[in-house]
Amino acid sequence: MRPFDYQRADALDQATQATHAGGAMAIAGGTNLIDLMKLQVETPVTLVDINALPLDAIAVDGDGLGIGALVTNTDAANDERIRRDYPLLARAILAGATQQLRNKATTGGNLCQRTRCYYFTNIDQPCNKREPGSGCGAIKGIARLHAILGTSDQCIATYPGDMAVALAALDAAVVIAAADGGERAVPVRDFHRLPGDTPERDNVLEPGDVITAVTLPAPVSGRQIYRKVRERSSYAFAMCSVAAIIDMADGRFNRADLAFGGLAHKPWHDARIEELLVGEKPSMPLFDKAADLLLEDAQGYGENDFKIPLARRTLAAVLCQATGIEP
Amino acid sequence: MITVNGAEHALPDDPRTSLLDFLRRDVGLTGTKKGCDHGQCGACTVIVDGIRINSCLTLAVMHDGDEVTTIEGIGTPDAPSALQAAFVKHDGFQCGYCTPGQICSATAMLDEIAAGWPSDVTDDPAERPTLTDEEIRERMSGNLCRCGAYSNIVAAIREVAGARS
Repeated sequence: MRPFDYQRADALDQATQATHAGGAMAIAGGTNLIDLMKLQVETPVTLVDINALPLDAIAVDGDGLGIGALVTNTDAANDERIRRDYPLLARAILAGATQQLRNKATTGGNLCQRTRCYYFTNIDQPCNKREPGSGCGAIKGIARLHAILGTSDQCIATYPGDMAVALAALDAAVVIAAADGGERAVPVRDFHRLPGDTPERDNVLEPGDVITAVTLPAPVSGRQIYRKVRERSSYAFAMCSVAAIIDMADGRFNRADLAFGGLAHKPWHDARIEELLVGEKPSMPLFDKAADLLLEDAQGYGENDFKIPLARRTLAAVLCQATGIEP
Repeated sequence: MITVNGAEHALPDDPRTSLLDFLRRDVGLTGTKKGCDHGQCGACTVIVDGIRINSCLTLAVMHDGDEVTTIEGIGTPDAPSALQAAFVKHDGFQCGYCTPGQICSATAMLDEIAAGWPSDVTDDPAERPTLTDEEIRERMSGNLCRCGAYSNIVAAIREVAGARS
């Protein structure tokens, strides 16, 4: 690990000011950042410990719920209101990592976790995300974990998390404090970026931005399902995941909020799928049409070609489970 | 200051020191093991303020005022904890390298079950979980055992959990 200067921020403006400086990074749970610092993928000059900030509460926010950025994954998944009203979020959090990691990982930090692309985490390999202009080792290399949607010729990394996929389906928002004292709310669906020509930028955060909370809209009725497909049954990243809130009325879809993990550089959300489903009677041909929309522009890179049929089948399985249709 | 098994210690000068390295090198408690050093194996699991964490993925300087319990604070050869005794009885190890982490993890895990924390295999996250073998396996998935003593580890934990409930 490279040497760094360690500071503690006691107030939000202190945190935004300190992380505005070049080479400074905020640390909360640290489960991803310290790992990357050991690998010298991340080499902050200054590490700003924000754990003393009063951002560790879950509180009523209008008709919904506000989750402080420092609320641990464990505390969010254990919260009675989240377990009752947003079970999708509890399930997605519990599908990720291990209990030891969830006990440290925070809501804000989890949103900012970096890709697990093997080229990104190995400093001896080319990676446009880690070192812009150095090339992408994955495009013609080992690409089993990698994206099939929204890729660019610069980067095919995936966003690895589960929690954000549920938050995208729930249409939650990220509240961000800026170094100039301003505050803004960004929908989770717009928080992460596609790689394009700037794969080094995972999300819309600017220097000095500090996530303060995630806000959930009012609870909605319907079945909430998080289906995660991975290579072992616990403690593995998603090859494909589907977060779904499905509400039926008179045998037809009344609501079909869907988001997908493991397929792209961000939790994938495609409003056209919801528009297709709502008002229709569930059937396998309809689910196939939904998958056609999802995968219209999908591109495999060899080792991850399997994700295209896998995403189709996982979507169908979730919709069957939600509606009682026999596959 | 940081408290380890009831004794106070000064925090390290170098902020790079992981809690794991601090415990082993500075405090001299080598029961906590360094396996992968990347949060993947769980050999370094300790209990901080009642919560189990990977001590390799946290900096010692971030634990000013915290209370850490390591395997040395859980029991001794003469006075083992119920879990330590059950691991011996059920042969819950072969080489023993992962065992301190397994026992710290399981010690906290039994409290988590008692507190009603759900897991990925809990049918309805809104309900209180019951401690099936499937729940034990899922909740212990952050502790790897390269010798493959898993079935005996589950048996040891099941016995202690059964005696508690």
